[in-house]
Amino acid sequence: MTRTGFVIANLFRKKTRTILTILSVIMAFLLFGLLQSLNSIFNSGADFVGATRLMTQARVSFTQALPLSMVPKLESVPGVARVAYSQWFGGVWQENTQVFTFAIDPERYHDVYPEWVMPEEQWKAFMQTRTSMVAGKMLADKYGWKVGQKIPLSSNIYPQKGGSKSWAFDLVGIYEGKDDAWKKQTNQVFINHDYFDEANLFGKGRTNFYILKLTPGTDAAAVSKTVDAMFENSPDETKTQTEKDFNLSFVKQIGDIGLIVRWILFAVFFTLLLVVGNTMAQSVRERVPELAVLKTLGFSDGSVLGFVLAEAVALCLVGGVIGLTLATLLGAMVEQATGGQFQLNVNGLIWAIGIGAILVMSIAVGLLPALRARSLKIVDALAGR
Amino acid sequence: MLSQTLAITGINVRSIPERWAPSLVIVIGLAGVVAVFTALLAMSTGFSSTLKAAGRTDVALVMRGGSDSEINSGLGRDDADLIKQAPGVRAGADGKPIGSAEMMIIAELLRGDSTKDAANITVRGVEPAAFALRPQLKIVEGRPFTTGLRELIVGRGVSRQFKGAAMGSHVRMRGSDWTVVGVFESGDANESELWTDINVARTTFVRTGESSVRVALDGPDGLGKLKAALAADPRLTVDAQLEQDYFSGQTRDFRRTIGVLAGVVTIIMALGAIFAALNSMYAAVAARGKEIATLRAIGFGGLPVLLSVMIEALLLALVGGLIGAAFAYAMFNNMAVSTLGQNFTQVVFNFKVTPELVVRGLFISIVIGMIGGLLPAIRAARLPVTTGLREL
Repeated sequence: MTRTGFVIANLFRKKTRTILTILSVIMAFLLFGLLQSLNSIFNSGADFVGATRLMTQARVSFTQALPLSMVPKLESVPGVARVAYSQWFGGVWQENTQVFTFAIDPERYHDVYPEWVMPEEQWKAFMQTRTSMVAGKMLADKYGWKVGQKIPLSSNIYPQKGGSKSWAFDLVGIYEGKDDAWKKQTNQVFINHDYFDEANLFGKGRTNFYILKLTPGTDAAAVSKTVDAMFENSPDETKTQTEKDFNLSFVKQIGDIGLIVRWILFAVFFTLLLVVGNTMAQSVRERVPELAVLKTLGFSDGSVLGFVLAEAVALCLVGGVIGLTLATLLGAMVEQATGGQFQLNVNGLIWAIGIGAILVMSIAVGLLPALRARSLKIVDALAGR
Repeated sequence: MLSQTLAITGINVRSIPERWAPSLVIVIGLAGVVAVFTALLAMSTGFSSTLKAAGRTDVALVMRGGSDSEINSGLGRDDADLIKQAPGVRAGADGKPIGSAEMMIIAELLRGDSTKDAANITVRGVEPAAFALRPQLKIVEGRPFTTGLRELIVGRGVSRQFKGAAMGSHVRMRGSDWTVVGVFESGDANESELWTDINVARTTFVRTGESSVRVALDGPDGLGKLKAALAADPRLTVDAQLEQDYFSGQTRDFRRTIGVLAGVVTIIMALGAIFAALNSMYAAVAARGKEIATLRAIGFGGLPVLLSVMIEALLLALVGGLIGAAFAYAMFNNMAVSTLGQNFTQVVFNFKVTPELVVRGLFISIVIGMIGGLLPAIRAARLPVTTGLREL
């Protein structure tokens, strides 16, 4: 019998115990995978933003709109290649489903966001049709929107001149992301700012955000300072930050929930460590006479230690990998079911952390029993002392 | 049978200290499940009760038709007077209707522990009647803002969780400094706001109207009268609702999200705990095989053996549940946190570990103890006496 075979045979000697232990490890790593992916939403939700872009908003908060008269001033700042703007529309689809809808200038937006991919003729239609809108692929798939349809979309903020909050737009294009990370962000609708500005009842000539595309090699921090200094002490003071910082602070608004998630992880892991650790300890305790026999037969102290440790690693590894796989599948299911709104992505990084946790755990629970097995005195063990 | 059960259970329980390690697995496993469950739901309960307490049943909130939150609503200046004069609104001692036009602005403040993470905070421009409409709100430090000046009073929750809004400090808005002159407490969601004079806010933010109008109702049928009158007025497109309904409606999404999270996490953790408990109880039964067989041999029945194992599992589960609930209470009760509310601004609230939550947590631990104890108990009761006695 090979050594591997010996370890496996030992694991299956008490089938119930092995299976139950593996099941609890599976549960722990299933939870670990899901919570880690939830956690990463709070911490690194902006990794896909590679390009150097700055976001300028009102210093009070981005809900305070800035005048469009800022455009030429922003364009004159050295290092700024192109300026786009976007205004929150408060889009609502059907009864009560919020749709991320922004009023933009299509031509400027196209220049600043090359990451959104759409056939040129659709871009052209978007620029030339006043009542046009374009939708992200994910969103269009979710609601079954087709190019050429008139999409009724109401706003929970802006009434039209007649006082009605029901709007309708012509869907002239469906955009896709340039890579996987951007494809997952295609859940927004863009409408024409010119048309919006003219048809809406309040607040003419304003926008919530400016997006500044920088010329390559420009010092982003210096441009932010210049922009904010330019509008200091005016009623429209600005706050300019990189797109990544902006996205991060946006996510962090959700607040202390990330902290709570870490607390839960801690509780789960503590619990798990005790459960598996105890099972291992027990299985060694019960086999003290057998281990003594092994040593009598001439197995070295080191190989007895190896047997016990290998059992711990096998238990944790099998349970951990199954648990992480389940978490990956379940996360993908949640993502599918919510139409990509809730991205529980158990990615490579989480797998790497998970495998690390599996190894640390198997050593933590296996080492003490293994050391005990190694230092066993044959005579005492056989005598049951 | 009862005396037999009691006798065996007594032996079992007294021998727990000698085999404490496997018993500890059940206790700690259950403590973990109950602590996580209680903590998550305490968050949801705290959020809900903070918002609910902010809404009164004798005050109506009037917003533009179809608005789901004050930040998305906007009314013209004349609208406020029309609404206040409508039937159903209670008059004050001076004979004038009690009503406050209020304007919502969002300002950014830094989180208490950060130099970069800005959070959206509600700044509310109010009329003097706003204080009469919220009698629970008391100024506890400093003084009220002066009408016509750029002065603010700050809610206790904001001053505790965010930087730059402490008594005497200056908040920068639209190119000018606003002085914080007072701190107020209300024990509800109002504490998550900064207040100022609505007319100063109107001039500064170049707006003429307001976001909403709050009015005192003149009785249980006040809301009905008010709604009918507002609907009949062709000059207005507004909706009126009880202030409490408005706030309760805002808790729905949060409660559902946390409810789903708590459900999923608790189910997965509970399964893990059940497997662990099964493991421990099987081990406990196996270790006492000889002892159980001896008992059976001298005349103890199978049922008392089964019951005694069940009772042991339940006792351990209950102890674990109690420890978990106590841990959640000690760590989380009254912990102040904040998250985004309906208006896209921060709502500061405290975790609330209520007796009801503790009872639900204990119920879960007992169910888990029952499942974890049943199979091993059956095995113990079925153990053939002869085999048991021959065991090592």
